Amino acid sequence: MPHRAFFAFIMPSLAAMLLFIALPIVSVAVQSLYVQHERVVTEVETCTPFSGCTKETRVDAEATEKLRNDEPLGRFNGFGTYLDRNHLAVTEIGAILSDNAGFKDTVARVYNLPFYRALAFTLTYTFVVTPFAMLLGFCIALGVNAIPPFYKGPVIFFSLLPMIVTPLVGALIVYWMASSQGILGATLQVLLNDPTLSLKSSAVLTWITLLVYGIWHNAPFSFVVFYAGLQTVPHDTLESAMIDGASRWERIRFVVIPHLMPLATFVGLVQLMDNFRVFEPIVGFSAEANATSLSWSIFNDLRGQVDQLFGSAAATSMLTIVGVIILLSPVLVRTWRDFNRR
Amino acid sequence: MMVTKRRQPLPLAVLSTGFVLLWVFMAAFPFIWTVWGSFKVEQDFFSRDSWWFAIEGTRTIARTGSAFTGDGYYGAWVLRDFFSSVINTVIVTVSVVVVSLTFGTLGGYALARSGYRYTFWLLMLALVFRAMPHITLVSGYLLPFFEMNIWGYMPTAIIVLVAINQPFTLWMLHSFFLSIPKDLDESAMVDGCSRFQAFRLVVIPVMWPGVITTGLFSFLLAYNDFAVTAMLLSQPNQTMVPKIASFLGTVQQEGNVMFAVAAVVSATAPLFVLVLFFQRQIVSGLTAGAVKG
Amino acid sequence: MRKSTFFASTAALVLASLAAALPARADCGIEKGSVRILANDFDGLRLVLSEAEKCASGTVKVITNQTTEHKNLQVPALKISPAEYTVAVIANNSIVPLLNEGLLRPLDDLVAKYGQDLLPTQLIKLDGKVMAVAFMGNSQHLFLRKDILEKAGLAQPKSYEDILAAAKAIREKGLMDYPLSASDKAGWDLAAEFVNMYLGYGGELFEAGSAVPAIRNEKGLAALATMKAMTEYMNPDYMTYNADEIIKVYAAGKTAIINGWGSLANGAIDPAKAADGVGDNTVLVGAPTVGGGSVPAAALWWDGFSIARNISDEDAEASFRAMVYGIRPEVGQNNPDLATWLTKDYKPGRVAVGVLETANGGAKPYPMLPYMGLLHTALGAELAEFMQGRESAEEALKDVEAAYTAAAREGGFLK
Repeated sequence: MPHRAFFAFIMPSLAAMLLFIALPIVSVAVQSLYVQHERVVTEVETCTPFSGCTKETRVDAEATEKLRNDEPLGRFNGFGTYLDRNHLAVTEIGAILSDNAGFKDTVARVYNLPFYRALAFTLTYTFVVTPFAMLLGFCIALGVNAIPPFYKGPVIFFSLLPMIVTPLVGALIVYWMASSQGILGATLQVLLNDPTLSLKSSAVLTWITLLVYGIWHNAPFSFVVFYAGLQTVPHDTLESAMIDGASRWERIRFVVIPHLMPLATFVGLVQLMDNFRVFEPIVGFSAEANATSLSWSIFNDLRGQVDQLFGSAAATSMLTIVGVIILLSPVLVRTWRDFNRR
Repeated sequence: MMVTKRRQPLPLAVLSTGFVLLWVFMAAFPFIWTVWGSFKVEQDFFSRDSWWFAIEGTRTIARTGSAFTGDGYYGAWVLRDFFSSVINTVIVTVSVVVVSLTFGTLGGYALARSGYRYTFWLLMLALVFRAMPHITLVSGYLLPFFEMNIWGYMPTAIIVLVAINQPFTLWMLHSFFLSIPKDLDESAMVDGCSRFQAFRLVVIPVMWPGVITTGLFSFLLAYNDFAVTAMLLSQPNQTMVPKIASFLGTVQQEGNVMFAVAAVVSATAPLFVLVLFFQRQIVSGLTAGAVKG
Repeated sequence: MRKSTFFASTAALVLASLAAALPARADCGIEKGSVRILANDFDGLRLVLSEAEKCASGTVKVITNQTTEHKNLQVPALKISPAEYTVAVIANNSIVPLLNEGLLRPLDDLVAKYGQDLLPTQLIKLDGKVMAVAFMGNSQHLFLRKDILEKAGLAQPKSYEDILAAAKAIREKGLMDYPLSASDKAGWDLAAEFVNMYLGYGGELFEAGSAVPAIRNEKGLAALATMKAMTEYMNPDYMTYNADEIIKVYAAGKTAIINGWGSLANGAIDPAKAADGVGDNTVLVGAPTVGGGSVPAAALWWDGFSIARNISDEDAEASFRAMVYGIRPEVGQNNPDLATWLTKDYKPGRVAVGVLETANGGAKPYPMLPYMGLLHTALGAELAEFMQGRESAEEALKDVEAAYTAAAREGGFLK
């Protein structure tokens, strides 16, 4: 396709992405290198309904604005925000590595830093949920493929439910069912014969709950894609494999799975990326005390309070993008090879 | 696969059917529980005593005299005007799907048909774009949008959702187009069609299943979005999900969870019809394309 | 189908305001102008805004946007000129970003001209200038089950020490497994709880006149120790309980003593929501003291409105008059149970007692300092490990200071 025709076709899509994603990414990247101006603070008398009047500090907005007009972006800070305690915490890590009481102490102290705490859960979630959800989705696809056609429609709808019910309320309801008075939590108490069992009270159980929810929530996506892929498995190959005496398992292993491999790459790519940005389950399950993620840190910077820490959120966002690129790099290299072969 | 299915030995068939039944139960149970619970009062569905209250409706009977109540639905639809946000959601989702697919098919087609190296880098760039957390993007939009006086209107939210959704759409449609033989449009062009005519008259008709599948995912994104719609739409243009979130209340202020539960049930029901209707296309659509990776 | 009483009352309220909004156009005396209001989304504000909307006429346009995202919209929305909204309905924490950016206008002349119905205590003055008008108050205060206390042979607790003793007695008598609950959910709630307790011990959060944190001291440790001591009598899920949840647990009769929000009190005593016997046996009293202190350990909050700077004087005048009409004394007088009104001649309803008692006890307001939000965020994130027993109190406070310092440097408050 000639360059001109190519750009004519891709223009609308490219323009939308450049304007609404690329431009913001650049501005976020720039923003992350700056911190706010030193605020000019004064002490003024403050009167409120309850306490009468007291002396309190206030930002002198006029004086601060003057500073801002000179340098609208703020003070240049380089990678300072990336390296401070609330992000990569380079100084703190250095201190821990040079002076610690063994491996366990090192891990505990690194885990105490907010960024690494968030990273630990984010990575665990990504690497547990992605493969298990794909595996579960694949098994469901195999199973659904074998049921009579008449039942397929409703079965597909019900299988998609975990994905289509608004996570906002979906997570809330599942959370409630899993709490100790809820139907799942109470049943677990009876099954395990432990009337004090509560999935919400310990860190380990909270993580397990979140991981199980993640698998449940993500399996339908893999299922739909794999189910569709199964429809195209070539008949003749399967038949000839059968004539050669291949068992059912061998046919899946040597015919079906290789056929679905490119599809699995696609699903894996999307799922890795989405799971790395895990956020909703943490809020839905009120799990902030035991599990935080990078996306949650960004949310906390921007929405946790009345102040918005743009620089901090920008730095975490850039680190998220870098993380996603590292995660996906094996897949990207593979795609690059495929592309050059084409 | 039909052949293999016929020959499935009994134990395997039982195991396989059992597994599907178990999964369907696991997938559907929370929703069915929600549908049931949406006709109870909050003190039953979210009982601090025992989930058995939700089954029997103890408090519901005590409050309303009957084991079922439509208070949640009445509250959401009549008192809090859920209907207007339904209308807004329909407008937003339909527009997002249509525009996404228009942009996506054009772009995906170009990416599939051009052999130059920059197509690879464009695809990679799209992935990087997709990695950006939405909430950071949205916070960056606010000031410019206010300045340009385009904040709060539906077209703004629609185009933002389209842009955010483009990377996924492009990737998916690009793989679908790869599965359609090049000869098809090239022979059309030999017959005197322009590139665009070949695309519109020859390729697109073959592509419907792929378009519909991609459309389903665009639809779900727009339908379930909270980050963008909550921040970029003013109250009269509010869509369903932010509305449902407002039912849940805030710090220091009580919400009404049952309004939210009833609203979620009402919002999911139409999707049943939709999925049943498109089920065939979804499957045949994915078959046609994504397999080629 | 018989509607619950709460339901009927809400319905009546909303319908009444709808019906009122349609035909009756109140005479607010505004000639012309555009009123655009940005506010949070809850019942009390819905009433005030629907009243203000009555000022709409052929020449006066009133637009409202009630959304739980208001905090995130207000700064960019008021920064542009002319501002997207003329009125921002704020509380004592959410006014701070607007003040920091200088986006609000002084209201002295408008108050002098049109504020005859406002009480002097409603005016929020900074440096002698009125920057906001408060109309609702709120705070955490005690919800007590008097039947449980009587059964355990206890007097009404006045301090956290009494509460701990009461919890012990209630548990020992086998009356309840988890007599206490607090909003200890990691994040906003946990931080608010610490601020309450620390203020109760008479602590200062910052070094005088600066943004340097000053919580690593004995009062900070004592506040944390008291918070931790209470968890022994709480449901093991306490780290997931937010302010709404503890009220619901209380209303279900599962806990006997909580320090809950006054704005949520209706949910605990409304017979339509509370379990049998809970509503009738509930006493609402002021927040307890702690550590021999004299002031209640609870911060006071208010909701009020401010007018944007970047708008025309005409719109500012119209906006101010519409809002003053929205909060006129009759609104509070006719709806005494909807909120704790600060407006003139308000006769407190049953649910407002606790808040007023806390305020009269001399509780301190939640600090309106420019960097308070940053400390609040740091507290919410870093205290969770201590509350679960994975970290010592000293380390937790050290972490809070470190997290706050990094954020305050970025915000330009510390070098």
